Amino acid sequence: MSKQVAVAGVGMHPWGKGGRPFVEYGVHAARAALADSGIAWRDVDFVVGGETVRNGYAGYVAGSTFASALGWNGARIATSYAACATGAQALDTARARILAGLSEVALVVGADTTPKGFLAPNAGERWTDPDWLRFRLLGMTNPAYFALYARRRMDLYGATSEDFAQVKVKNARHGLENPYARYRKEVAVADVLGSAIVSDPLHLLDICATSDGAAAVVLTSLEYAQRAGIADPVRVEAISTVTPTFPNTVIDMPLLATDHAAGGPPERTFKEALALAAYEEAGIAPDDVDVAEVYDLSTALELDWIEDLGLCKRGEAEVLLRAGDTTLGGRIPVNPSGGLACFGEAVPAQALAQVCELTWQLRGQATGRQVEGARVGITANQGLFGHGSSVLLAR
Amino acid sequence: MSTTSTPAVAGWFTTGDEPRLVASRCTACGTLVFPPPPPEAASFCRNPDCDGEQHEPAELSRLGRVWSYTDAQYQPPAPYVPTTDPFEPFALAAVELPEGLVVLGQVAAGYGVADLAVGAEVELVVETLYEDESGARTTWRWKPVVELGEEADQ
Repeated sequence: MSKQVAVAGVGMHPWGKGGRPFVEYGVHAARAALADSGIAWRDVDFVVGGETVRNGYAGYVAGSTFASALGWNGARIATSYAACATGAQALDTARARILAGLSEVALVVGADTTPKGFLAPNAGERWTDPDWLRFRLLGMTNPAYFALYARRRMDLYGATSEDFAQVKVKNARHGLENPYARYRKEVAVADVLGSAIVSDPLHLLDICATSDGAAAVVLTSLEYAQRAGIADPVRVEAISTVTPTFPNTVIDMPLLATDHAAGGPPERTFKEALALAAYEEAGIAPDDVDVAEVYDLSTALELDWIEDLGLCKRGEAEVLLRAGDTTLGGRIPVNPSGGLACFGEAVPAQALAQVCELTWQLRGQATGRQVEGARVGITANQGLFGHGSSVLLAR
Repeated sequence: MSTTSTPAVAGWFTTGDEPRLVASRCTACGTLVFPPPPPEAASFCRNPDCDGEQHEPAELSRLGRVWSYTDAQYQPPAPYVPTTDPFEPFALAAVELPEGLVVLGQVAAGYGVADLAVGAEVELVVETLYEDESGARTTWRWKPVVELGEEADQ
């Protein structure tokens, strides 16, 4: 039995800081995705919403909120939350129902309206909540975690601040022509190095902002796509949302310590396992990948992901970067959308935005940022509390 | 002069001349967890092959090696409690202990990222994190172990 489903349509709302209700962004993206698919809202039989935790009850029941805003059509609904992997988990839920033969057309929507500045924990005295304790006892912000990983690259593999800055320069250039990107301006290495250090060694321009935004994907069975006249659709080949395997020995936001590895480190890290599960599910190898969209919460993290995805050996991502391999026109372009560097993070929408970008890339519709001849694309992201995802798309 | 000094969080570290972090240890398989769950909380062992539910306090090594390090150059948001105005940056380290855990902590007062390197040895100290109505509230911190030769240069 085929384990593929069709990406019938994708749509986004431009990322920014508009401060409008997240529902408006989500409905805009949903209608764009439906229009892209040519499928009527009435024909959608399953809606999955990516939960936003910063917008009250409507955000907790996002699937219902979007379905209601589009006008109740009797579809079944679900809501997913998996931190930064929310969109991918929502997509996986839709895919599973389609592959089970229980649904034919699913609409997956993620949207967010975010506050300014550091993402802070919920209010109150919560002495058993690690996300609260890390601020109270350590003053450990998200960028501080990103900085730990960045420093390790420097001390272990010889990465430099200039390398990190070059990731930003590359992604800023990639995003120039992307109509959905929030930041569309060239950035020079000197701009990055001249920006304030937030958490050593990361500068302000090494770290992604938080944004408002929305992305939506219409999934259908391959049979439905064929009947609907969608010729040669992009296919979802795999969605990996595996959890870590004990012991997880890389310190994860927002935790204060790793698992206890009495018998030494495990065979692979959590992020390596995320990618491997996607490759194995699809029967696709890293060598087959033409383009990648990875979660560059920081510039240095993009380099980690390139290795986690098996696109080069551990410690060699800087070699690819310096050779221009990860730039548009290079051997394996990474973040042709401009990545989080150009978008900023809109948590429940971000993993879906990666899928939207790869869909446009594989269709040859990524005007101004097209990876020529791309047939296989992979996404990667990681969120809090053992959440993460990797989606493989092909055409 | 402040006379009262109590840990900001109970049961996570010992005090005195040679303070240590206190983990919880599964009595069935020996798996360690830091921070330890509250005494009244159920403790299901994290090891997927162990169904242990009993745990006991276990002191960890005082010395470890830096897994990585950074600092906070902007004041973190609440519930972080600022102690100076204007804010003074502080360093943070993730430290690998011989038992096989990496534990985060602030770096001891007076030390910054220039004093640290991946793999460098650090020791656990207890210092004041902030003061509240009960007096000084303390926390664990990582302090670089100065090599003997370097000590002479200072």
